Amino acid sequence: MVQQSEAPRVIARSDATPRLELAGVGKVFSGPSGPVEALRGVDLSVADGEFVAIVGPSGCGKSTILNVVAGLEQPTRGEVRLDGAALQDRLGRTAYMHQRDLLLPWRTVLDNAILGLEVAGVPRSEARARALALVERFGLTGFIDSYPAALSGGMRQRAAFLRTVLADRPILLLDEPFGALDALTRASMQEWLLGLWDELRRTILFITHDVEEAVLLADRVLVMSPRPGTIVERAVVGLPRPRRYEMVTEPAFVALKAALIAALRGDGGGVR
Amino acid sequence: MIADLPSTRLRRSGQWGIPGVLLVVAVALWELIVRLTDTPAWFLPAPSAILGALVHNWQLIGGHTLVTLEEVLVGFVLSFAFGVGVAIAIAYSPIVERAIYPIVIASQAIPIIALAPILLIWFGYGLTPKIIVVVLICFFPIAVNTVDGLRAADPELVDLLRSMGAGRWKSFRTVRLPAALPYLFSGTRIAAAVSVIGALIGEWVGSSAGLGYFMIRSASQFNTARVFAAVLVSAVLGVVLFVAVALLERWLLPWQHTGRDG
Repeated sequence: MVQQSEAPRVIARSDATPRLELAGVGKVFSGPSGPVEALRGVDLSVADGEFVAIVGPSGCGKSTILNVVAGLEQPTRGEVRLDGAALQDRLGRTAYMHQRDLLLPWRTVLDNAILGLEVAGVPRSEARARALALVERFGLTGFIDSYPAALSGGMRQRAAFLRTVLADRPILLLDEPFGALDALTRASMQEWLLGLWDELRRTILFITHDVEEAVLLADRVLVMSPRPGTIVERAVVGLPRPRRYEMVTEPAFVALKAALIAALRGDGGGVR
Repeated sequence: MIADLPSTRLRRSGQWGIPGVLLVVAVALWELIVRLTDTPAWFLPAPSAILGALVHNWQLIGGHTLVTLEEVLVGFVLSFAFGVGVAIAIAYSPIVERAIYPIVIASQAIPIIALAPILLIWFGYGLTPKIIVVVLICFFPIAVNTVDGLRAADPELVDLLRSMGAGRWKSFRTVRLPAALPYLFSGTRIAAAVSVIGALIGEWVGSSAGLGYFMIRSASQFNTARVFAAVLVSAVLGVVLFVAVALLERWLLPWQHTGRDG
């Protein structure tokens, strides 16, 4: 996973083709009472190794963006480009993680973790070996042979993370991965993810309704409007890395958070 | 595993202890009443007499048991293959569902005991009509439960597999089938319990061997103890099949038993 060369990335960051690009993406669903416009004119790009968070009110079509990127849905308008190429069939090109851990109850933690590799055709023994190398980093030592039912919520989510990271796809799509956890577990999971991301530097598109979480984790934060969802504000998070949870009380953090919340509420206000 | 925890074991012994005691008391009362009232053996034999008949006619009953067991096992395996196959077709094809599912359900309204004489006319006295009756009885619970199970798969899980690039077959093997297994097994347990009844119905209508044949022969000779002995053996057969399926389930679906207690 980390084998991709480290050196050229720094140079490539500025003008290379983005890993992911959405250009004028619109999505209309046919609902029981007529068509429902979920997304309208969504433009966004995520560079290689960048962590981008989208915040928006519930029901604004955040998850639809991820479904479209993953290829589960096709956009009604606009196009999705992966590494510069507009592809119709994007299934299997991203690693998607939901708010629910979606672990298979009949598989042990280890066999759940290798699911993405298995689907990609990697032999089981090799997939298991690759999973075992990361088990400690994901805090799952001693639980690889347990069934998900025996795990706590935080552990289940880390197991789902392991499955997502291990799938070895160029982009990770994370849909409110901590949304179902209690506040304390969520804070420790956020810190854990910060550390993990510093090590792995994977390209991440992260969905949340929690502005603080977005600012703490991401390089850039995009704010979405209520339905039809479109991006109404874009902010670069200037906080240095590595980040720590304590930063949430720093003035720069608080100011950015306040500005983003204002944008989220539709008050306008300059964030940049 | 969890099953070996003392609390579970205690619960299980409690589960079997009370019905066990009840059964022993009932049998003892039966023995006592028959002896005290001097009931004639052709009317109601004492449990000891039934046991005597069983031991005395063991070779004869054993032979008939093997015949019935063959009908049950063949019919049961066929019902399983047929039931699961039809369930998959129904779950995956809306056309098949609309065409076949109502028929499958309506078929249960047909009194199978009334079909048995017709099967006798068509297929004669051999194994075939008995196997068909077993299949007619066992097919339904397996098929209906498996359909429910295949529909029970979490749609988000199916989407997850799709986003990974898994095809229909991979998704079926990885998500749909395992999710359906607990349902499939509960249908199969029911089928195992009623399969012996199917074979007996087939044998009553016309046969030259099997426990059902043996019951009818013994009843016409007023050898009531032998009838009861055959009833006992067929009940044991049904229970053994049921337990065998339940054990197979425990062995194949160990995850089913972690969640509940752990």
